[in-house]
Amino acid sequence: MSALDKKLLRDLRRLWVQTLAIALVLACGVATLILAVGSYRSLEETRAAYYERYRFAHLFATATRAPERLEDEVRRLPGVAAAEARIQESAILDVPGMPEPASGFVISLPDVGASTLNRLYLKSGRLPSSTRVGEIAVTYGFASAHSLTPGSSLSAIIHGKRRALKIVGIVQSPEFVYALGPGELVPDDRRFAVMWMSKRELEAITDRKGAFNNLSILLLRNARPEPIKKSVDALLRPFGGTGAYERRDQISHAFLDGELDQLAAMARVIPPVFLFVSAFLINMILSRLVALEREQIGLLKALGYTNWTIAWHYIKFVLTITLVGCLIGAAAGTWLGRGMTELYGAFFSFPFLIFTSDLDVYIIAASVSAVAAVGGALKAVIEAVRLAPAVAMRPPAPTSYRKSMAARLGLTRVFSQLSVMALRHVARRPVRAGLMAFGTSLAVALLVAAMFAGPSINFMIDTIFFQADRQDATISFSEAKGQDALLAVSKMPGVLTAEGFRSVAVRITHGQRSRRLGITGKTAGAHLSRVLDLDLNPVIVPQHGLAVSERVAQILKLKRGDKVVVDLLEEGGRTVEVHVSQIIQSYLGLSVFMDLRALNRLVGQGPRLSGAHVEVDTSKLNLLYAAIKSTPALSSIALQTHSRKKFRETVEQNILISTTVYIILAVIISFGVIYNGARIQFSERARELASLRVLGFTQMEVSRVLLIELLIIIAAAQPLGWLSGYGLTWLIVQGFANDQFRIPLVVEPGTLATASLIVCSTALVSAFIVHLRVARLDLIRVLKTRD
Amino acid sequence: MITAPDRVFSNDRPASDGVPVFEIDSISKVYRSGEVEVHALRNASAKLYEAELTVMLGPSGSGKSTFLNIVGGLDTATTGDIRFRGRNLNGLSPSELTRFRRDKIGFIFQFYNLIPSLTALENVELVTEISENPMRPEEALELVGLEKRIDHFPAQLSGGEQQRVAIARAIAKRPEVLLCDEPTGALDSKTGLYVLEALNSVNQEYRTSIAVITHNAAIRKMAHRVFYFADGEIVRTETNENRQSPDEIEW
Repeated sequence: MSALDKKLLRDLRRLWVQTLAIALVLACGVATLILAVGSYRSLEETRAAYYERYRFAHLFATATRAPERLEDEVRRLPGVAAAEARIQESAILDVPGMPEPASGFVISLPDVGASTLNRLYLKSGRLPSSTRVGEIAVTYGFASAHSLTPGSSLSAIIHGKRRALKIVGIVQSPEFVYALGPGELVPDDRRFAVMWMSKRELEAITDRKGAFNNLSILLLRNARPEPIKKSVDALLRPFGGTGAYERRDQISHAFLDGELDQLAAMARVIPPVFLFVSAFLINMILSRLVALEREQIGLLKALGYTNWTIAWHYIKFVLTITLVGCLIGAAAGTWLGRGMTELYGAFFSFPFLIFTSDLDVYIIAASVSAVAAVGGALKAVIEAVRLAPAVAMRPPAPTSYRKSMAARLGLTRVFSQLSVMALRHVARRPVRAGLMAFGTSLAVALLVAAMFAGPSINFMIDTIFFQADRQDATISFSEAKGQDALLAVSKMPGVLTAEGFRSVAVRITHGQRSRRLGITGKTAGAHLSRVLDLDLNPVIVPQHGLAVSERVAQILKLKRGDKVVVDLLEEGGRTVEVHVSQIIQSYLGLSVFMDLRALNRLVGQGPRLSGAHVEVDTSKLNLLYAAIKSTPALSSIALQTHSRKKFRETVEQNILISTTVYIILAVIISFGVIYNGARIQFSERARELASLRVLGFTQMEVSRVLLIELLIIIAAAQPLGWLSGYGLTWLIVQGFANDQFRIPLVVEPGTLATASLIVCSTALVSAFIVHLRVARLDLIRVLKTRD
Repeated sequence: MITAPDRVFSNDRPASDGVPVFEIDSISKVYRSGEVEVHALRNASAKLYEAELTVMLGPSGSGKSTFLNIVGGLDTATTGDIRFRGRNLNGLSPSELTRFRRDKIGFIFQFYNLIPSLTALENVELVTEISENPMRPEEALELVGLEKRIDHFPAQLSGGEQQRVAIARAIAKRPEVLLCDEPTGALDSKTGLYVLEALNSVNQEYRTSIAVITHNAAIRKMAHRVFYFADGEIVRTETNENRQSPDEIEW
């Protein structure tokens, strides 16, 4: 090993705390990059492989009752690789041991041969036979939540008929990777099931002999979906077709897309923060090293070392830090990525998981960090190269300080000389002080972003469950019914109030923009399920026109007074023009509301209801559950309390994990920045501080000079951190926002205070370490050596 | 320590063969330091001869160090010519100057300028690693009597020992010229003596040209030639017919 390399190793060993702190910051960047990219790829490839192997369809369409011959016509459309017509019906399930009813779907399986599309992964047992009655296969999540195995039985109301069912197989389906029940916020395996039964039996139950209501289509590679959708819509329209839609509108797929988008956003936002901070830290530490080794650099040049050798020497110093950072980051990133993918395995229903740990992610992460590190080092290295040997051998001229404006005005007289020293030192290097404050503020920002979720979700839960949808349960009818159905609901045991609503599937078009969604009709006096305006005050849906949620308004570029074209996708399919009369707030789905009577007029088939929101006497819940389980006319029930609990549980689990990770990251950043900053200040001023000690100042007084400097920088970092934390949170909220889900941006003063408290604590620890250094200051040696 | 001084000085052959190593022809150096122009050197001319020990005397700021730095290729002259064995150094690029320093020149400084994180041996290796025909580093340290201290770090060595490491480092590559900027400046007279003896023996044994800057006028007695500096000029040159050995010099 060359003598210069030995110097390198010893320098690294001497500065190990500082270099390790930088390596850790860099490791955070590498780890988050590998975590985000690795999980992204694992999730995407798992999904792609699952879709490919189990032939997940590209297009989906529903109708009320379409003749089977259409299936062949669809298959013959150019660009269609395969099509499968099925029957899909909602069901209310009565599971032994669970008082509340569960919701679910029953989907038909071909009587002969296997499904051509959306094939099932058989986990145990077998698929239902077409010759035996009452056999079903059921989703794995539901089965395991109730410890159901092949051979278990349950009963269900399907299409108004009660059926005793026997489970013969446990399955997973690419259609229900994210198995979200109707009216739910997060998947609840206990209360949502998907079942498959033979087509023959389901035809009989639903009176659809020779007909179907659900169509899946697989496209040929490179086929354009638009013309096929148009043809399918034309074929199905006479049979109550509601318009074909693509994967991005399929609930399970859309949620996976949302998750992938978040990972991609994470890969774009978080690692650059760390890489930037490490570049800055490397710049700081290397500039100081070059300043300290000024004479050594001059000597090396005098001895005949080339500029390149000297530059390479310092770059190797930086690359060694990078290497350590990359190794730690790669290990942590791989471990976290695996954990994250496993978490996906638990949260999403995949029959298998593909862990990708492609070399290229590591190479990219390593190169990006090397570029950041060397970029940070560049200025210092250039300084080293530019040092003329003759100049380097002489001690540097005393740093020139200037009296500040404040000093000239005599303001500094209010401070002690020690404070003035600190202030001048900060003012002397405003860029570095600014960058230090900025680096620290990033730690504050990360913490704000980490902790905003708790209050925001609480706010969201409060808004959704206690301001908007205050009902205890939402009961859906199997088909639109008249007022008497509402009366029947209100007479069910335990029901205190019942409010009818109607939902109609539509396509709303505004200019070039168009979207499939549902319009919900609400009665004017609705007080259980309310509509909230943008300020979250309950409002009565206007008598005319649409109340459109902010998200829909964004998507379709709508403002109050705009006219939109509404295609009614059910019930004969009229096209009407309606104006937007109000923009409202809604954190869930794509909500569009209308006055119930106005909606009924629009659809034109007299007063109809799709379901009812009910308020329940909780002491009679079990009676109500029992009644629902035996009422044939109902198709599903959503229970608000359960949804809320499940939602809170799921979100809290996720928040706990992400908050912990973010706090660790933020502490590493703040320690990296503050400790390195303090150490370098100390190194630069060791001589000055030793002189002060010799002059008779106490150790505490001398430390104070450093502490005041730190204090100024950290104090400046706080408001900056709150501001950028707010910005970062905004970015995250935007990244999270999708058509299913929006988190409101709520940053509480308490969050800001906690973030600052954590950062100030790391600052305190760093300051204490430096204070101990002041205590160990060897006065004689410091004064004898030339600075 | 090096070979016994009496043996060195018993061989009383003329040091100078009259072959100039350096020919310096009216060089000037002007620094611009902030708003002021500093004339560090004004038309200094001189020659350094093969196997000669030259001493440069003069008050602080008289231009000695600037002169030495320019001769050694650490700095460049504003005007004037420096020729090393007939080759003009003025036209050389920074990398050619680096090459020149690496191959021909050894430096010794007042504050030793050892790398604190390297041991005595490693400090010497720093030079031998990049030289074409170096001594073994251990051999160089033996020459200055430090064979027992080779694994010590600079902080574990006395000032005199550190300066001897610096000398070992400078001579290990067998330079043609050794340039010393106040090599005894930071040392007491006894340790300074050791250092001077080491320099003297290098000059005798290896016929290395040596130029020494000093504030100590007594040292001129061991030189072949003495330059007197004042106000950036070489005001007087002396040749010394009766050289004394370092231990004869009164400090």
